[in-house]
Amino acid sequence: MPSDPLVAEHVLEFPGGYTRTTGPVIGRFLTELRDGRIVGVRTADGLVLVPPLEYDPATGESVTEEYVQVGPAGTVLSWAWVGTPRKGHPLDRPFAWALIKLDGADTSLVHAVDAGTVKGIRPGLRVRPRFKPESDRIGHITDISCFVPEVTTMIAPVRIEYRIQPGRSLARFLEGVRDGIFLAGRCTRCDKVYVPYRTTCPECGSTIGEELELPDTGTVTTFAINNLPDPRAPEVPFVSAYILLDGADVPMIALMGDIPAHEVRQGMRVKAVWLPPEERTLSMTNIKWFAPTGEPDVRL
Amino acid sequence: MREVAVIAFAQTKHTGHDEGLTEPELISPIIQEVKERSGLTRFGFTCSGSCDYLAGAPFSFVSALDAIGAWPPISESHVEMDAAWALYEAWVRLQHGDVDSALVYGYGKTSQGDLHEIMTLQLDPYYLVPLGLDQVSFAALQANAVGAEPGELREIVRRSRADGRANPYALDLPDPGEEEYDVHPLRPMDIAPMTDGAAAVVLAAGDLARELVERPAWITGIAHRTEPHYLGVRDLARSASAADAARAAGVGKGPVEVAELHAQFSHEELILREALGLPPGTAVNPSGGPLAANPVMATGLIRIGEAARRIIDGSASRTVGHASSGPCLQQNLVTVMEA
Repeated sequence: MPSDPLVAEHVLEFPGGYTRTTGPVIGRFLTELRDGRIVGVRTADGLVLVPPLEYDPATGESVTEEYVQVGPAGTVLSWAWVGTPRKGHPLDRPFAWALIKLDGADTSLVHAVDAGTVKGIRPGLRVRPRFKPESDRIGHITDISCFVPEVTTMIAPVRIEYRIQPGRSLARFLEGVRDGIFLAGRCTRCDKVYVPYRTTCPECGSTIGEELELPDTGTVTTFAINNLPDPRAPEVPFVSAYILLDGADVPMIALMGDIPAHEVRQGMRVKAVWLPPEERTLSMTNIKWFAPTGEPDVRL
Repeated sequence: MREVAVIAFAQTKHTGHDEGLTEPELISPIIQEVKERSGLTRFGFTCSGSCDYLAGAPFSFVSALDAIGAWPPISESHVEMDAAWALYEAWVRLQHGDVDSALVYGYGKTSQGDLHEIMTLQLDPYYLVPLGLDQVSFAALQANAVGAEPGELREIVRRSRADGRANPYALDLPDPGEEEYDVHPLRPMDIAPMTDGAAAVVLAAGDLARELVERPAWITGIAHRTEPHYLGVRDLARSASAADAARAAGVGKGPVEVAELHAQFSHEELILREALGLPPGTAVNPSGGPLAANPVMATGLIRIGEAARRIIDGSASRTVGHASSGPCLQQNLVTVMEA
């Protein structure tokens, strides 16, 4: 008869932690750390080891008794990103391990970097230690809670409020849009029709006197597929297109709809899709978007 | 140097879970197997490799002697390392010339604890253990320093797992799929699987080796080197100690048909290939390697055993077995074997 295996919980622990003597070299480092300083030790060859070791790793010779204050800033040489910290890790939120070469040191120190997200860590990043408060420091590598990136950017809030009016020509155009009509202006001197309606010709500067109504059909002259959300667009991706209304000489920018983004093409015949009359206001939002008519494409 | 050869090798069918066997129960069948294969029942020297922290009990290796038969008293030793280093000690012991055979074995049950956190305890107790730097994290620091192409690493994993599926002793692991990072830049697939298992090797010197087997795998070179333990004083992108050991063992003095590398993370294979100077034609880890089965403390010995097996069975005439120990390939042992 199958049965669950017999399993016992087993813990290996030295209650209260094991007391280790540090020796003079590591002891000096930890003592300085408790005082909020980071020191390295100089080897006979003149290199500065941080953290200090009792011997030169290259030659095995004893180090000198010269201690050198380094950092506190340093440069990240190599890193690894921990998305899910373990119980024993120094931080309880995602962080980076890094090899950090402190300024003035010839070797690098392994520690944690509180970099926010994986995009916040890279080789070459300048970091500084975040020490625990003095009263909590005991002479332990964790007297440095972690390293944090140096300040290289700041957020500058900007906000000014305005009250704006559309101007006479745009106000006139919006009245038309409220009524389901595209109003245009024609320059008699240049023989060009401009939409939205305007009161001067941008080519010759003459006053435009003639106002005319254009149909709500036209042709796509060019377009862009947008992959970032926009409050004016119903979904992502969306297409913003230049639409040359029938009878106009300049295109108007508008949303495309009722068609997958990748099927929009130059020369496509389109027609405006309007909000129901009772929902319309003095706003371009009266036009939901332009949709294909199904007519054959036009050569541009 | 006295001629010494690997004449027998056996390993368990490794598992990705706890089979409920004690260490003596785990190793007993393979000790019997190498005794049958070598034709020896007593050995001039016995040496094992294991880690007490895997079982969480001091001197846990002593109980494993129950599987060996230590009466009448035997000459025995142990290393708290991968059993590849036990093989090195046995090789040195055979150089003395007064004994002609040695039994070497290693075993690991990683299923009993969290191996990646247990491996923290091998680190510097002043500067690293208090940070809780775990095995995947320090390996990821090395992977970042190497800066390997993800596609290259994925191919190493794919090949290792496919070879492992063809190896009856390794785990059956699927082709790598899409995975989130464990510790960036390592994904779970890049990390050797949790494995329980054991392995045993018999060494014999000179004429005894020739008497017992048709094709002994003669150890023509064996050397190990180490680097400083603190990660911040090493160039993690390469392994100077593996390169030195390979030079000392004479890897480059002839062709290498098979190289079994103790790469517990996919990027370690790239570092080791370069350090050992392996020619392009060398078959690397045809057994699947540690990415297909990683019975810690036996994994390195298995690399030597797998490389020796190809000579003993006649399928190769010059092979290399590599073993590693310590964080980020700190210590490396390279063995060259020839027919």
